[in-house]
Amino acid sequence: MSAIGHHVPESMLAAYAAGSLPNAFAVVVASHVSLCGQCRVALEAHQNVGGLLLEDAKTVSVSSRLKADILSQLDAPYRPEPVYDRSGIYPGPVMETLKGRKPRWKNLGRGVRQDILSEGKKGSVRLLYIPPGQAVPDHGHNGLELTLVLQGSFSDETGRFGVGDLEVADEELDHTPVADDGDACICLAATDAPLRFHAFMPRLLQPLFRI
Amino acid sequence: MVQTDTEYSQQTQWMIAVRDRRDRNAFAALFDHFAPRLKGFVMRSGASDHQAEEIVQDVMLAVWRKAASFDPHRAQVSAWIYQIARNRHIDIVRKENRPMPEELREDPGTEADASQIMGLEQETRHLKSALDKLRPEQREIIEKAYLGELTHQEISTQTGLPLGTIKSRIRLGLERLRHELKDLKS
Repeated sequence: MSAIGHHVPESMLAAYAAGSLPNAFAVVVASHVSLCGQCRVALEAHQNVGGLLLEDAKTVSVSSRLKADILSQLDAPYRPEPVYDRSGIYPGPVMETLKGRKPRWKNLGRGVRQDILSEGKKGSVRLLYIPPGQAVPDHGHNGLELTLVLQGSFSDETGRFGVGDLEVADEELDHTPVADDGDACICLAATDAPLRFHAFMPRLLQPLFRI
Repeated sequence: MVQTDTEYSQQTQWMIAVRDRRDRNAFAALFDHFAPRLKGFVMRSGASDHQAEEIVQDVMLAVWRKAASFDPHRAQVSAWIYQIARNRHIDIVRKENRPMPEELREDPGTEADASQIMGLEQETRHLKSALDKLRPEQREIIEKAYLGELTHQEISTQTGLPLGTIKSRIRLGLERLRHELKDLKS
Protein backbone atom coordinates (compact mmCIF):
# COMPACT_ATOMS: atom_id res chain seq x y z
CA MET A 1 0.00 0.00 0.00
CA SER A 2 1.41 3.37 -0.90
CA ALA A 3 1.52 6.09 1.72
CA ILE A 4 -1.51 8.29 2.20
CA GLY A 5 -0.97 11.57 0.40
CA HIS A 6 -4.31 13.35 0.69
CA HIS A 7 -5.34 14.29 4.20
CA VAL A 8 -8.06 16.01 6.19
CA PRO A 9 -7.61 19.81 6.05
CA GLU A 10 -6.55 21.35 9.34
CA SER A 11 -9.71 23.38 9.91
CA MET A 12 -11.87 20.34 9.25
CA LEU A 13 -9.94 18.31 11.85
CA ALA A 14 -10.46 21.11 14.36
CA ALA A 15 -14.18 21.17 13.50
CA TYR A 16 -14.32 17.40 13.93
CA ALA A 17 -12.55 17.64 17.30
CA ALA A 18 -15.06 20.26 18.38
CA GLY A 19 -17.93 18.13 17.13
CA SER A 20 -19.21 20.75 14.70
CA LEU A 21 -19.07 18.63 11.55
CA PRO A 22 -22.36 17.26 10.25
CA ASN A 23 -22.60 13.55 10.96
CA ALA A 24 -22.04 12.50 7.33
CA PHE A 25 -18.67 14.27 7.22
CA ALA A 26 -17.75 13.09 10.71
CA VAL A 27 -18.11 9.47 9.55
CA VAL A 28 -15.63 10.11 6.74
CA VAL A 29 -13.16 12.02 8.92
CA ALA A 30 -13.29 9.35 11.65
CA SER A 31 -12.73 6.69 8.97
CA HIS A 32 -9.74 8.52 7.49
CA VAL A 33 -8.22 9.01 10.95
CA SER A 34 -8.68 5.27 11.57
CA LEU A 35 -6.42 4.67 8.55
CA CYS A 36 -4.02 7.60 8.86
CA GLY A 37 -1.50 7.97 11.69
CA GLN A 38 -0.57 11.47 10.62
CA CYS A 39 -4.13 12.78 10.91
CA ARG A 40 -4.60 10.88 14.16
CA VAL A 41 -1.69 12.79 15.68
CA ALA A 42 -3.03 16.04 14.23
CA LEU A 43 -6.47 15.34 15.68
CA GLU A 44 -4.90 14.63 19.05
CA ALA A 45 -3.16 18.01 18.84
CA HIS A 46 -6.52 19.69 18.30
CA GLN A 47 -8.02 17.77 21.20
CA ASN A 48 -5.10 19.03 23.21
CA VAL A 49 -6.08 22.62 22.38
CA GLY A 50 -9.63 21.79 23.46
CA GLY A 51 -8.27 20.31 26.68
CA LEU A 52 -6.29 23.46 27.44
CA LEU A 53 -9.38 25.59 26.92
CA LEU A 54 -11.27 23.28 29.28
CA GLU A 55 -8.47 23.72 31.85
CA ASP A 56 -8.84 27.48 31.53
CA ALA A 57 -12.63 27.49 31.55
CA LYS A 58 -14.33 29.75 34.05
CA THR A 59 -15.35 27.45 36.87
CA VAL A 60 -18.97 27.22 37.96
CA SER A 61 -19.53 25.48 41.26
CA VAL A 62 -21.48 22.26 41.07
CA SER A 63 -24.34 21.42 43.39
CA SER A 64 -23.28 19.85 46.65
CA ARG A 65 -24.82 16.44 46.04
CA LEU A 66 -23.40 15.89 42.55
CA LYS A 67 -20.13 14.37 43.73
CA ALA A 68 -21.80 11.96 46.15
CA ASP A 69 -24.32 11.04 43.44
CA ILE A 70 -21.58 10.16 41.02
CA LEU A 71 -19.44 8.32 43.55
CA SER A 72 -22.45 6.19 44.49
CA GLN A 73 -22.91 5.18 40.86
CA LEU A 74 -19.39 3.98 40.21
CA ASP A 75 -20.25 0.36 40.90
CA ALA A 76 -23.65 0.43 39.26
CA PRO A 77 -24.03 -1.91 36.31
CA TYR A 78 -24.15 -0.19 32.94
CA ARG A 79 -24.40 -1.17 29.34
CA PRO A 80 -21.19 -0.36 27.47
CA GLU A 81 -21.65 1.20 24.05
CA PRO A 82 -21.04 -1.31 21.27
CA VAL A 83 -17.61 -1.08 19.65
CA TYR A 84 -17.48 -1.77 15.95
CA ASP A 85 -14.23 -3.21 14.68
CA ARG A 86 -12.81 -2.86 11.24
CA SER A 87 -14.11 -5.55 8.90
CA GLY A 88 -12.06 -6.17 5.78
CA ILE A 89 -11.65 -2.88 3.98
CA TYR A 90 -14.27 -1.13 6.10
CA PRO A 91 -12.93 0.90 9.05
CA GLY A 92 -14.73 0.86 12.41
CA PRO A 93 -16.72 4.08 11.85
CA VAL A 94 -18.10 2.65 8.57
CA MET A 95 -19.04 -0.58 10.35
CA GLU A 96 -20.70 1.54 13.04
CA THR A 97 -22.78 3.34 10.41
CA LEU A 98 -23.59 -0.03 8.81
CA LYS A 99 -24.46 -1.26 12.34
CA GLY A 100 -22.28 -4.25 11.63
CA ARG A 101 -24.09 -5.44 8.50
CA LYS A 102 -22.51 -6.05 5.10
CA PRO A 103 -23.00 -3.41 2.38
CA ARG A 104 -26.22 -3.77 0.39
CA TRP A 105 -25.26 -2.71 -3.09
CA LYS A 106 -27.75 -1.16 -5.49
CA ASN A 107 -26.95 -0.87 -9.16
CA LEU A 108 -26.76 2.59 -10.64
CA GLY A 109 -25.89 1.40 -14.15
CA ARG A 110 -22.58 0.73 -15.95
CA GLY A 111 -21.44 -1.44 -13.07
CA VAL A 112 -21.48 1.45 -10.62
CA ARG A 113 -23.13 0.53 -7.34
CA GLN A 114 -23.97 2.34 -4.15
CA ASP A 115 -25.20 1.75 -0.66
CA ILE A 116 -26.63 4.80 1.07
CA LEU A 117 -25.59 4.53 4.70
CA SER A 118 -27.40 7.54 6.00
CA GLU A 119 -29.24 10.43 4.56
CA GLY A 120 -30.76 13.50 6.10
CA LYS A 121 -31.20 17.21 5.76
CA LYS A 122 -27.64 17.88 6.82
CA GLY A 123 -26.08 15.50 4.31
CA SER A 124 -25.68 11.95 3.20
CA VAL A 125 -22.97 9.34 3.32
CA ARG A 126 -22.74 6.38 0.98
CA LEU A 127 -20.46 3.63 -0.23
CA LEU A 128 -19.68 3.71 -3.94
CA TYR A 129 -18.41 0.78 -5.98
CA ILE A 130 -16.79 1.72 -9.28
CA PRO A 131 -15.44 -0.96 -11.65
CA PRO A 132 -11.91 -0.44 -12.98
CA GLY A 133 -11.77 2.01 -15.87
CA GLN A 134 -15.27 3.22 -15.17
CA ALA A 135 -15.99 6.86 -14.51
CA VAL A 136 -18.12 8.09 -11.69
CA PRO A 137 -20.65 10.12 -13.61
CA ASP A 138 -19.48 13.65 -14.15
CA HIS A 139 -20.90 15.70 -11.33
CA GLY A 140 -20.72 19.08 -9.74
CA HIS A 141 -21.47 19.80 -6.14
CA ASN A 142 -23.97 22.01 -4.49
CA GLY A 143 -21.81 21.99 -1.43
CA LEU A 144 -18.90 20.07 -0.03
CA GLU A 145 -18.10 16.48 -0.91
CA LEU A 146 -15.63 14.22 0.90
CA THR A 147 -14.50 11.00 -0.76
CA LEU A 148 -12.35 8.45 1.05
CA VAL A 149 -10.87 5.53 -0.91
CA LEU A 150 -11.25 2.17 0.86
CA GLN A 151 -10.17 -0.13 -1.98
CA GLY A 152 -8.44 0.36 -5.34
CA SER A 153 -7.87 3.90 -6.52
CA PHE A 154 -9.29 6.61 -8.73
CA SER A 155 -7.88 9.53 -10.62
CA ASP A 156 -9.43 12.80 -11.61
CA GLU A 157 -8.43 16.29 -12.73
CA THR A 158 -6.78 16.92 -9.37
CA GLY A 159 -4.67 13.78 -9.01
CA ARG A 160 -4.62 10.13 -8.01
CA PHE A 161 -6.32 8.85 -4.87
CA GLY A 162 -5.42 5.48 -3.35
CA VAL A 163 -6.50 3.62 -0.23
CA GLY A 164 -6.80 6.01 2.70
CA ASP A 165 -6.64 9.13 0.54
CA LEU A 166 -9.31 11.73 1.10
CA GLU A 167 -10.54 14.03 -1.65
CA VAL A 168 -12.16 17.27 -0.53
CA ALA A 169 -14.24 18.79 -3.32
CA ASP A 170 -16.15 22.02 -3.05
CA GLU A 171 -18.63 23.52 -5.47
CA GLU A 172 -15.84 24.97 -7.58
CA LEU A 173 -14.65 21.53 -8.60
CA ASP A 174 -16.43 19.94 -11.52
CA HIS A 175 -14.51 16.67 -11.77
CA THR A 176 -14.70 13.21 -13.31
CA PRO A 177 -13.17 10.56 -11.09
CA VAL A 178 -12.21 7.41 -13.03
CA ALA A 179 -11.43 4.16 -11.22
CA ASP A 180 -7.90 3.01 -12.02
CA ASP A 181 -7.07 -0.43 -13.39
CA GLY A 182 -6.84 -3.24 -10.87
CA ASP A 183 -9.33 -3.79 -8.09
CA ALA A 184 -12.70 -2.11 -8.31
CA CYS A 185 -12.61 1.19 -6.48
CA ILE A 186 -14.71 1.33 -3.33
CA CYS A 187 -15.16 4.74 -1.74
CA LEU A 188 -16.93 6.28 1.19
CA ALA A 189 -18.49 9.52 -0.01
CA ALA A 190 -20.28 12.21 1.98
CA THR A 191 -22.03 15.30 0.76
CA ASP A 192 -23.91 18.08 2.48
CA ALA A 193 -26.13 18.57 -0.56
CA PRO A 194 -27.39 16.35 -3.40
CA LEU A 195 -24.86 15.74 -6.17
CA ARG A 196 -25.59 17.21 -9.57
CA PHE A 197 -24.93 14.57 -12.17
CA HIS A 198 -24.40 15.87 -15.67
CA ALA A 199 -24.29 12.70 -17.68
CA PHE A 200 -26.12 9.38 -17.79
CA MET A 201 -28.73 10.38 -15.35
CA PRO A 202 -30.99 13.30 -15.98
CA ARG A 203 -31.31 15.51 -12.97
CA LEU A 204 -35.03 14.86 -12.82
CA LEU A 205 -34.30 11.24 -12.00
CA GLN A 206 -31.88 12.03 -9.24
CA PRO A 207 -34.48 12.09 -6.44
CA LEU A 208 -35.59 8.69 -7.65
CA PHE A 209 -32.12 7.24 -7.28
CA ARG A 210 -31.39 9.43 -4.27
CA ILE A 211 -28.05 10.47 -5.61
CA MET B 1 1.81 22.87 41.41
CA VAL B 2 5.51 22.28 41.02
CA GLN B 3 6.39 20.13 38.09
CA THR B 4 9.72 18.54 37.58
CA ASP B 5 11.00 16.82 34.51
CA THR B 6 10.86 13.44 36.12
CA GLU B 7 7.28 13.49 37.26
CA TYR B 8 4.01 13.27 35.40
CA SER B 9 1.51 16.04 35.96
CA GLN B 10 -0.79 15.61 38.94
CA GLN B 11 -3.77 14.93 36.69
CA THR B 12 -1.97 12.26 34.72
CA GLN B 13 -1.02 10.57 37.99
CA TRP B 14 -4.62 10.66 39.18
CA MET B 15 -5.89 9.30 35.89
CA ILE B 16 -3.36 6.46 35.83
CA ALA B 17 -4.38 5.59 39.41
CA VAL B 18 -8.01 5.45 38.31
CA ARG B 19 -7.17 3.41 35.24
CA ASP B 20 -4.79 0.91 36.81
CA ARG B 21 -5.97 0.70 40.41
CA ARG B 22 -9.58 1.93 40.25
CA ASP B 23 -8.52 4.45 42.88
CA ARG B 24 -11.60 6.29 44.17
CA ASN B 25 -9.66 9.01 45.94
CA ALA B 26 -7.88 9.83 42.71
CA PHE B 27 -11.25 9.88 40.94
CA ALA B 28 -12.63 12.24 43.59
CA ALA B 29 -9.61 14.50 43.02
CA LEU B 30 -10.26 14.48 39.28
CA PHE B 31 -13.88 15.35 39.99
CA ASP B 32 -12.91 18.28 42.23
CA HIS B 33 -10.62 19.60 39.54
CA PHE B 34 -12.68 19.03 36.42
CA ALA B 35 -16.35 19.17 37.41
CA PRO B 36 -16.51 22.97 37.94
CA ARG B 37 -14.49 23.54 34.76
CA LEU B 38 -16.69 21.19 32.77
CA LYS B 39 -19.78 22.90 34.06
CA GLY B 40 -18.46 26.33 33.12
CA PHE B 41 -17.32 25.06 29.71
CA VAL B 42 -20.66 23.44 28.91
CA MET B 43 -22.71 26.41 30.14
CA ARG B 44 -20.71 28.71 27.89
CA SER B 45 -22.11 26.88 24.91
CA GLY B 46 -25.65 27.48 26.05
CA ALA B 47 -26.55 24.61 28.37
CA SER B 48 -28.80 25.38 31.32
CA ASP B 49 -27.56 24.82 34.86
CA HIS B 50 -29.52 21.59 35.07
CA GLN B 51 -28.42 20.33 31.64
CA ALA B 52 -24.81 21.21 32.46
CA GLU B 53 -24.85 19.15 35.64
CA GLU B 54 -26.32 16.26 33.72
CA ILE B 55 -23.48 16.47 31.21
CA VAL B 56 -20.89 16.78 33.98
CA GLN B 57 -22.32 13.66 35.61
CA ASP B 58 -22.27 11.69 32.35
CA VAL B 59 -18.75 12.82 31.50
CA MET B 60 -17.34 12.00 34.93
CA LEU B 61 -18.99 8.57 34.89
CA ALA B 62 -17.48 8.00 31.45
CA VAL B 63 -14.08 8.98 32.83
CA TRP B 64 -14.44 6.16 35.36
CA ARG B 65 -15.90 3.61 32.97
CA LYS B 66 -13.68 4.29 29.98
CA ALA B 67 -10.50 4.80 31.96
CA ALA B 68 -8.90 1.79 30.26
CA SER B 69 -8.77 3.73 27.01
CA PHE B 70 -6.82 6.63 28.52
CA ASP B 71 -3.35 6.61 27.01
CA PRO B 72 -0.98 9.25 28.39
CA HIS B 73 1.36 8.72 25.43
CA ARG B 74 -1.28 10.18 23.19
CA ALA B 75 -3.48 12.46 25.25
CA GLN B 76 -3.42 14.80 28.19
CA VAL B 77 -6.14 14.10 30.73
CA SER B 78 -7.81 17.42 29.86
CA ALA B 79 -7.76 16.59 26.12
CA TRP B 80 -9.21 13.15 26.75
CA ILE B 81 -11.97 14.59 28.93
CA TYR B 82 -12.61 17.41 26.43
CA GLN B 83 -13.29 14.83 23.75
CA ILE B 84 -15.68 12.86 26.00
CA ALA B 85 -17.45 16.11 26.93
CA ARG B 86 -17.92 17.13 23.28
CA ASN B 87 -19.41 13.70 22.50
CA ARG B 88 -21.84 13.96 25.36
CA HIS B 89 -22.79 17.48 24.38
CA ILE B 90 -23.53 16.47 20.77
CA ASP B 91 -25.49 13.51 22.04
CA ILE B 92 -27.69 15.61 24.31
CA VAL B 93 -28.04 18.80 22.28
CA ARG B 94 -28.07 17.45 18.71
CA LYS B 95 -29.39 13.95 19.46
CA GLU B 96 -26.58 12.61 17.32
CA ASN B 97 -23.85 10.14 17.89
CA ARG B 98 -20.43 11.33 16.79
CA PRO B 99 -18.57 8.52 15.08
CA MET B 100 -15.13 8.10 16.63
CA PRO B 101 -11.95 6.72 15.04
CA GLU B 102 -10.98 3.16 15.82
CA GLU B 103 -8.97 2.99 18.99
CA LEU B 104 -5.37 2.01 18.65
CA ARG B 105 -4.68 -1.27 20.35
CA GLU B 106 -1.37 -1.49 22.07
CA ASP B 107 0.31 -4.82 22.30
CA PRO B 108 -0.40 -6.26 25.72
CA GLY B 109 2.55 -5.81 28.00
CA THR B 110 3.79 -2.67 26.30
CA GLU B 111 5.49 -0.64 28.99
CA ALA B 112 4.86 3.03 29.49
CA ASP B 113 7.43 5.17 27.72
CA ALA B 114 8.03 7.92 30.27
CA SER B 115 10.01 10.10 27.91
CA GLN B 116 7.17 10.12 25.42
CA ILE B 117 4.63 10.98 28.11
CA MET B 118 6.87 13.77 29.38
CA GLY B 119 7.38 14.94 25.80
CA LEU B 120 3.64 15.30 25.30
CA GLU B 121 3.30 17.19 28.57
CA GLN B 122 6.10 19.54 27.61
CA GLU B 123 4.53 20.08 24.21
CA THR B 124 1.27 20.94 25.93
CA ARG B 125 3.00 23.57 28.06
CA HIS B 126 4.41 25.15 24.89
CA LEU B 127 0.96 25.09 23.33
CA LYS B 128 -0.50 26.68 26.45
CA SER B 129 1.93 29.56 26.36
CA ALA B 130 1.09 30.06 22.66
CA LEU B 131 -2.60 30.18 23.60
CA ASP B 132 -1.89 32.61 26.42
CA LYS B 133 -0.18 34.97 23.99
CA LEU B 134 -3.20 35.29 21.71
CA ARG B 135 -4.90 38.65 21.52
CA PRO B 136 -8.29 38.57 23.26
CA GLU B 137 -10.24 38.64 19.98
CA GLN B 138 -8.17 35.75 18.56
CA ARG B 139 -8.63 33.83 21.75
CA GLU B 140 -12.38 34.42 21.50
CA ILE B 141 -12.51 32.88 18.02
CA ILE B 142 -10.43 29.90 19.07
CA GLU B 143 -12.69 29.28 22.05
CA LYS B 144 -15.73 29.55 19.83
CA ALA B 145 -14.25 27.03 17.41
CA TYR B 146 -13.37 24.42 20.02
CA LEU B 147 -16.72 24.83 21.73
CA GLY B 148 -18.32 23.75 18.47
CA GLU B 149 -19.79 27.13 17.63
CA LEU B 150 -18.39 27.54 14.14
CA THR B 151 -20.99 28.07 11.45
CA HIS B 152 -21.34 25.69 8.58
CA GLN B 153 -19.91 28.34 6.29
CA GLU B 154 -16.86 28.77 8.47
CA ILE B 155 -16.19 25.04 8.36
CA SER B 156 -16.78 24.72 4.63
CA THR B 157 -14.19 27.29 3.69
CA GLN B 158 -10.94 25.56 4.28
CA THR B 159 -9.39 28.73 5.56
CA GLY B 160 -12.32 29.09 7.90
CA LEU B 161 -10.55 28.63 11.17
CA PRO B 162 -8.12 31.43 11.99
CA LEU B 163 -5.85 29.30 14.10
CA GLY B 164 -3.29 32.07 13.81
CA THR B 165 -0.24 31.77 15.97
CA ILE B 166 -1.24 28.53 17.63
CA LYS B 167 -1.22 26.88 14.22
CA SER B 168 2.54 27.03 13.96
CA ARG B 169 2.78 25.74 17.52
CA ILE B 170 0.56 22.80 16.64
CA ARG B 171 2.71 22.14 13.57
CA LEU B 172 5.94 22.22 15.51
CA GLY B 173 4.49 19.98 18.16
CA LEU B 174 3.26 17.56 15.55
CA GLU B 175 6.64 17.34 13.91
CA ARG B 176 8.22 16.43 17.20
CA LEU B 177 5.45 14.07 18.20
CA ARG B 178 5.63 12.30 14.89
CA HIS B 179 9.20 11.32 15.69
CA GLU B 180 8.27 10.17 19.14
CA LEU B 181 5.07 8.26 18.61
CA LYS B 182 5.88 4.70 17.84
CA ASP B 183 2.65 3.37 16.48
CA LEU B 184 2.09 5.55 13.45
CA LYS B 185 0.61 3.36 10.82
CA SER B 186 1.29 5.29 7.64
